[in-house]
Amino acid sequence: MIMNSHIRYPHGINIFYHTFGFIPQLLLALPFVLALLFYLLAVWSTNRRYKSWPIYRTVCWAFGVVLATIAVAGPLANRAHVDFTAHMFGHLLLGMLAPLLMAMAAPMTLLLRTLSVPFARRLLKVLRSWPLIMFTHPIAASFLNIGGLWLLYTTSLYSLMHESVLLHLVVHFHVFLAGYLFTVSMIYIDPIPHRFPFLDRAILLAAAIAGHGILSKYIYAHPPNGVLLKEAEIGGMLMYYGGDAIDIVLIFILCLHWFRATRPRIGLAIGQ
Amino acid sequence: MDTKNGYPKNNSNNMNSSKYKSRNLVSGFLFGIGLAAFIDETIFHQLLRWHHFYDKSTTDIGLISDGLFHAFSWFATIGGLFIFADLRRRNALWLRRWWGGVLVGAGGFQLYDGTIQHKLMRIHQIRYVENVIVYDLIWNILAIFMIIIGFSLVGSRRNGQQPGKAIAHDHE
Repeated sequence: MIMNSHIRYPHGINIFYHTFGFIPQLLLALPFVLALLFYLLAVWSTNRRYKSWPIYRTVCWAFGVVLATIAVAGPLANRAHVDFTAHMFGHLLLGMLAPLLMAMAAPMTLLLRTLSVPFARRLLKVLRSWPLIMFTHPIAASFLNIGGLWLLYTTSLYSLMHESVLLHLVVHFHVFLAGYLFTVSMIYIDPIPHRFPFLDRAILLAAAIAGHGILSKYIYAHPPNGVLLKEAEIGGMLMYYGGDAIDIVLIFILCLHWFRATRPRIGLAIGQ
Repeated sequence: MDTKNGYPKNNSNNMNSSKYKSRNLVSGFLFGIGLAAFIDETIFHQLLRWHHFYDKSTTDIGLISDGLFHAFSWFATIGGLFIFADLRRRNALWLRRWWGGVLVGAGGFQLYDGTIQHKLMRIHQIRYVENVIVYDLIWNILAIFMIIIGFSLVGSRRNGQQPGKAIAHDHE
């Protein structure tokens, strides 16, 4: 409860900065920095053997990693402890935009191309294992993603997260991983263990977007523990419209894949 | 539209007949819902600021309905246009039917928004003024007009006629 009162006022910033310090931010940022290094290494290695890896994929990955890192470490992450709007902006980056960009970078395809054939086979076996089939199921991924958000903002988890470093780490990794799983379960850029029809994914994606929108308006009217009404209003609207902007891209890619998959076959054969 | 891509003439005609007839309607209907929701958001929420983001009197079911329709309308706009593009590349586009679908979709959404969402679920009012009933009447009567015109466009060539371009192939 004492901590809660600090969330409300700007002078709380020092207290939180000191309690959390540098290490948790480093722990959160390190995997992303490593991910960028490994990706670049893989691109370099695969380009020597096969035709060159598309540059836009590397650019997507780099932007995704940078945006995720900005959300978990540095000035924005510091402000997020005391300012709900900054927190929400960080979450849009970490849970939606970074996963989308990183999914568009097709890391699994790159990895399969880079590994030697026996290793790639083994990786494919892992990809087809039941935990991955389960977690990349669009319904499971939607619950992990949107359900996790409801849990965070409608229970005391949000204020507890600011008191415990461990919870802080878990919540932030969860937000990113759930966002990534959700993205790859809806749009198929990388190989995925089990593919679902377009209509199924479209309905589930619309339902998940609705869950996100409803939560944004709920936050607007019912601030999470320790957040001022005014901040919750701005944060809720940012979540609503920011989410929309990123969702448009998801919907567009899903529809584009449908458009390509249903192209008239006979016409194609004659046309080419 | 022409036959520049060399799509087989007879095949596209056969396919047009029933499957793409309803698909024209679906595409227009989806795009109509999306268009109405988009106009609602840009003009009435953002530009005029008549509509409010959240109204204290909103019921829980209103919040859910609003969220579902908001999400669905994004999908409907983009999906409807992709289906439009698909019809076009198959030479199966039937514009009159499509526009009929647009008007029915837009009118249907506006009527639902104006009666159930605004009045029953009280998500927000059209404008926060004394005589809001005038706004409500204009809003809903316009919606009904759109639905009527839409249905008359859809029904006017109901008996198995095909898009003009596709018919043209028969005579070539």
